[in-house]
Amino acid sequence: MNLAKTIGPGTRHALPILLFLLVGFAAPLLAVIGFSFIPARSFSLWQSWSLGNYIEIFNSTSYLSFLWSLGLAAVTVLILAMICYPIAYGLARVFGKYATLVTLLFTIPLFVSENVRLYGWVLFFIKNGVLLGTLKAWFGIEPESWLFTNGIIVFGMVYVYLPFMLFPMTLGVSMVPDQTRDAAFDLGATRWQVFKEVELPLSMPGIMIGFLLSFVLAVGAIAEAKVLGGQQIIPISHDIEIAFTYAQNWPLGAALSVLLMLVVGTMVLLVLRRFDLDAILGRR
Amino acid sequence: MNSLAPRWRTSLIWAWTAAVVIFMYLPGLCLLLASMTSSRYFIFPITKWGFAWWEKTFASLEIHQLFQTSLLIAFCVTVIAVTIALFGALAFARYDWKGRSIYQKIVLLPIFFPQSVLGLSLLLWFNALGLTMSWQTAVFAHLVWIVPVCTLVISIQVYSFDPALEEAAFDLGATKWQVFREVTLPVLFPGIFSGALFAFLLSWGNFPLSLYTTGADTTIPEYLYAKMVAGYTPGVPVLGTVSTVGAAGLLLVGYAIIVMLRRRRAASDQSEV
Repeated sequence: MNLAKTIGPGTRHALPILLFLLVGFAAPLLAVIGFSFIPARSFSLWQSWSLGNYIEIFNSTSYLSFLWSLGLAAVTVLILAMICYPIAYGLARVFGKYATLVTLLFTIPLFVSENVRLYGWVLFFIKNGVLLGTLKAWFGIEPESWLFTNGIIVFGMVYVYLPFMLFPMTLGVSMVPDQTRDAAFDLGATRWQVFKEVELPLSMPGIMIGFLLSFVLAVGAIAEAKVLGGQQIIPISHDIEIAFTYAQNWPLGAALSVLLMLVVGTMVLLVLRRFDLDAILGRR
Repeated sequence: MNSLAPRWRTSLIWAWTAAVVIFMYLPGLCLLLASMTSSRYFIFPITKWGFAWWEKTFASLEIHQLFQTSLLIAFCVTVIAVTIALFGALAFARYDWKGRSIYQKIVLLPIFFPQSVLGLSLLLWFNALGLTMSWQTAVFAHLVWIVPVCTLVISIQVYSFDPALEEAAFDLGATKWQVFREVTLPVLFPGIFSGALFAFLLSWGNFPLSLYTTGADTTIPEYLYAKMVAGYTPGVPVLGTVSTVGAAGLLLVGYAIIVMLRRRRAASDQSEV
């Protein structure tokens, strides 16, 4: 009980989860960093360390995978922002008592494995599938299938990560107080001015978190390119997976993971440190 | 509701939202359609309707085994995640303490992490510890991602928790354990319940973490993926439909229970006043 008195209740309640994340999150990341420095194609940490894997990466075409992942993720985020803003606005201000139901409808797909949902899209787009089969039967036209193109990968990512943009954005939009908006209108602002000068800046924290979350998840995406894209594009996570599985080169995979972690980690820290989570999550 | 907003804008927002909701469920519908054909390959419009593949899938012993493994993992994850996350959420939202702001960010970090990379990191880590991959290591792997999500979900309930309730109970002479059991737990129950629901469903549907950490055991999403890559089997749409409908059903029942609890609480509050 002495321990309980010296450390406060907050620290005490935080302890289990922090210990768990130390063993389950920090330690594995350290293991990956360690593995990235051992010689290629070896499986034990206890040997001489070198930068060999990193040099190999910079001399290879892996940077292309990085660029693809970053580019596809950026496009996905921009499209998501345009799709989600009206819905977030609706959830925060228009739908009233139906807002919970609409939220629920957007939540349910999250719990079905993304492979399964993407496979549903394969059935939709495939030759003789739901879309092309219908077009053929009703209109007699047979366009080329969209499957296995770059566009369909973005389509799949937009589909899978939509809730991750929508929910933080909704939190953001509901942070705009009615009085501020009404005051702006009373002072003669136009609809566009209110949006640009009041609504957008005040809902920025939520919007930024939505951007961050969907971007980070999209950078690490792998299933969309594999299931819908027919492996035309190899995103960085796929490169990592290949290194770990077919190539049996764990150190190289670890080095690629470290680089990806650096990109993602920097972004998360840069964005998160700017915001007060209490305000966004609605502390009274 | 904003009465100033013109009617056409409100209708436009409703229409757009409805369109996007349909978009969200379109692949599920395709799976359902594909599962109801009795031919070996999927050709639309369907000419031979039937439930032959449903019967075949449910009669398979292999599928039963998959269900058992997935259920076992999801159940263990739910119990452990909710326990850790409840305390985590109290530290996240209830108490004011020095490290809280950093703590909040640390807890959220795993959610922002690409899951496939997290799965591989855990594989490396387990391997370095000399563990053999099995459903137990998968439980641990799922927890790394699900405990933070669960903490966040419960925290949202904790934010609206009034600490004065606990203090009142202490003043009335309740012990720590009594306060926790009689005040804190019941008040936070809706949040804990949704946290449990999230934990169960996210573990049930998880693929990237399971892929690297289950070893010889196989979960349903892993099995589906293996079948998808190997070529078309009508068993995939059947299982896909089952998991979609199952998730939707569980969530709707859970939602109904939460609404019921809220109503009952509101009613009892009124009768006390």
